[in-house]
Amino acid sequence: MRIVVQEAPFDAGAELNAFQAGKTDMGAIVSFSGLVRDLPDAPLRHMLIEHYPGMTERALTKIAQDACERWNLGDVLVIHRFGQMAPGDQIMMVATASPHRKDAFAAADFLMDYLKSRAPFWKKEVTADGSDWVAAKDEDEKALRQWQQG
Amino acid sequence: MKLDVMYFAWVRERIGVPRETVETEAATVGDLVRELSAREERYEVAFSDLDALRVAVDQDLTDFDASIAGAREVAFFPPMTGG
Repeated sequence: MRIVVQEAPFDAGAELNAFQAGKTDMGAIVSFSGLVRDLPDAPLRHMLIEHYPGMTERALTKIAQDACERWNLGDVLVIHRFGQMAPGDQIMMVATASPHRKDAFAAADFLMDYLKSRAPFWKKEVTADGSDWVAAKDEDEKALRQWQQG
Repeated sequence: MKLDVMYFAWVRERIGVPRETVETEAATVGDLVRELSAREERYEVAFSDLDALRVAVDQDLTDFDASIAGAREVAFFPPMTGG
């Protein structure tokens, strides 16, 4: 398991290759990349991501451990940036390795749902008109309830 | 007791500092919120809608009824928006 919280950009392709290397007993690797999306109405100047140093790493580790208990995983990678980013920049990635595809997909989905609303990151969108904190959505909590029931 | 209190995102902006050390006798998070709100208006404004806030005690997410006995840090912030 590798959990990284950093300000600097990272090379998702290189990270994925490194994650895959030597995993001869894993038949499936799933990865997800989260990018800064431009806004439909006012062009985004940049996105600022704030986090809670210490708690962030702790929360991400707990989420990854929960995924490992729930599915048959050989490894988990989570990289999440903070600081200032432009549209199209990579914010984060997760990757899961499993002997079988279904566990790798489900675990990556679970990691993303939890990471979105249980890891202490906050996004602020800055446009020419000003800046706004991104509000959490009701469906984010709904997604967690599905995992809790399921 | 002395407690480090931290604020993130718009809570930090409304209160005006990212962290501060407070002297408090509060037993729970809710008591601390009431104590701070009574001190100055900026706290009262930031804490006016607790449904819009989340809290962590010693870096673990918890709720406003949680005890803060022996805690080192308490953090207040809006719902998280990672990913």
